[in-house]
Amino acid sequence: MNFSLRFRPAVVSIALFAAFLGVWHLATRSTATTTTMSPEYAKLMGLTATQGKSAMPGPLDVGAKLWEHLKQPFYDKGPNDKGLGIQLGYSIGRVGLGYLLAVIVAIPLGFLIGMSPLISKALDPFIQVLKPISPLAWMPLALYTIKDSSISAIFVIFICSVWPMLLNTAFGVAAVRKEWINVARTLEVGTIRRAFTVILPAAAPTILTGMRISIGIAWLVIVAAEMLVGGTGIGYFVWNEWNNLSITNVIIAILLIGIVGMLLDQILARFTRLVTFPE
Amino acid sequence: MSGKFVSIEGIAKRYSSAGGATTIFENLWLSMARGEFACVIGHSGCGKTTVLNILAGLDEASEGAVIVDGQAISGTSLDRAVIFQSHALLPWRTVLGNVSYAVSSKWRSWDRARVRAHAQSFIDLVGLTGSEHKRPSELSGCMKQRVGIARALSITPKMMLMDEPFSALDALTRGTLQDEVRRICLETGQTAFMITHDVDEAIYLADKIFLMTNGPGAVLAEIVENPLPRDRGRTDLHRHPLYYALRNHIVDFLVTRSKTFAVGTPDHDPRNVPIVHIGKPGLAIASDAKPEAPRETSRPGQARA
Repeated sequence: MNFSLRFRPAVVSIALFAAFLGVWHLATRSTATTTTMSPEYAKLMGLTATQGKSAMPGPLDVGAKLWEHLKQPFYDKGPNDKGLGIQLGYSIGRVGLGYLLAVIVAIPLGFLIGMSPLISKALDPFIQVLKPISPLAWMPLALYTIKDSSISAIFVIFICSVWPMLLNTAFGVAAVRKEWINVARTLEVGTIRRAFTVILPAAAPTILTGMRISIGIAWLVIVAAEMLVGGTGIGYFVWNEWNNLSITNVIIAILLIGIVGMLLDQILARFTRLVTFPE
Repeated sequence: MSGKFVSIEGIAKRYSSAGGATTIFENLWLSMARGEFACVIGHSGCGKTTVLNILAGLDEASEGAVIVDGQAISGTSLDRAVIFQSHALLPWRTVLGNVSYAVSSKWRSWDRARVRAHAQSFIDLVGLTGSEHKRPSELSGCMKQRVGIARALSITPKMMLMDEPFSALDALTRGTLQDEVRRICLETGQTAFMITHDVDEAIYLADKIFLMTNGPGAVLAEIVENPLPRDRGRTDLHRHPLYYALRNHIVDFLVTRSKTFAVGTPDHDPRNVPIVHIGKPGLAIASDAKPEAPRETSRPGQARA
């Protein structure tokens, strides 16, 4: 029962994936219709015209290219030709830095908002206005004030990941059960110790949920931000390969963005499970 | 027993609302001797929990003062341990962790081993040996409340405050825990203040039973001295000749007199609440109740109202 419940969905998943690859392969295979043209002109027209090859790469093309990338993920042949590992590394680094800054700001501030109704009410209008702003709208302002495209990208990550964390921390802290606070009060536990021994563990699952939402948003935003700032990163890579008209590389980048996003989410999910307590 | 260990002096609790202040109770006077077990009985909304919270320091009285062991209290204190109705265990800590948290809060300088040993001895006392490393979610309601009791006792308080500690439990486990609390309080000479809805629980546990009228504007109507011997047992409690007189007196109060008390007794002096001695001539209202008399014949409250 247990085995079959784990086994059967896996079989269905693999079957679906195989079917997808099959359809993809059939849809993009070479059609035999070719026109005869002068060799000079044929060279200009490319494989699509001469051999009837589809303009959209098939799974085999993508697989071969992916294997090429995986064999050599960290090569660096100048600013326009870097390994995918390096590009992803830049993106993850920016997300990590911006996200870390957001954690440093959002969690203490969220604690303050959650613990003090006064500060909560006072800051509420600012948060309500700032929260719905698209993080990319900050980009020009960041570029103008910071004057560094890479740091601007980090700032954009910071600003987009700060809100879910801030609001979840504030909510989690404010929603700590009164009776747990009362236990700490009857034990004459000081404010600092109470914050760390009662409020933090009680609010941790909610805080981690906010952090998980934030990392997802940060990873969504970094691709767009890097398309704008350029230079390095997986977002830049996507745009660069679009300019090179290498759809194969664009597909590979899309796949890798998905996988890295999933991994980041799983890491946070693991942490969330660690701090979640059954009641 | 020595004098007044706990003295509640003229406290009031008011909540201000749009249409003026609502008085839950006012001018409430009450005292307890050291080592005494007192139960408060009254209907919901009479402010029992508020009195307990004020005593615990979790709530503040609008007027008046509370004096414990010769000192007016302000705020919470490790001298007054609270056993919460909902046990209020920290679910991310184990049984040992929950008790240790209290122990290390009281004795900050103790090292880990000492805290653990002290906590363990109180876990043993409530009969939870072997469950130290379980989390509250793995425990039954009864065991959770035992942890709550161990946590309260572990800080060796001067008094214990219990807000309907057993009301969430089934009758059988409630009985077991009542035995446990009674044994521990007698052994350690604890002063205990307990809120309950359960008349039998009050009769079994209390030395003194405080009867409160309905709120708002609740008053402490009577103090009933429990005539049953101190070494009473659960099984033969109801055979005591004064048991039914006592029980009927309390039930009558709850059923009828708690509503009509304020109207029926205009000259009630809250500073000098009548003490009812069941079964002693001249003092008690219910003194004429015969032990074997069926409940219906004894309605001291009705006769009065």
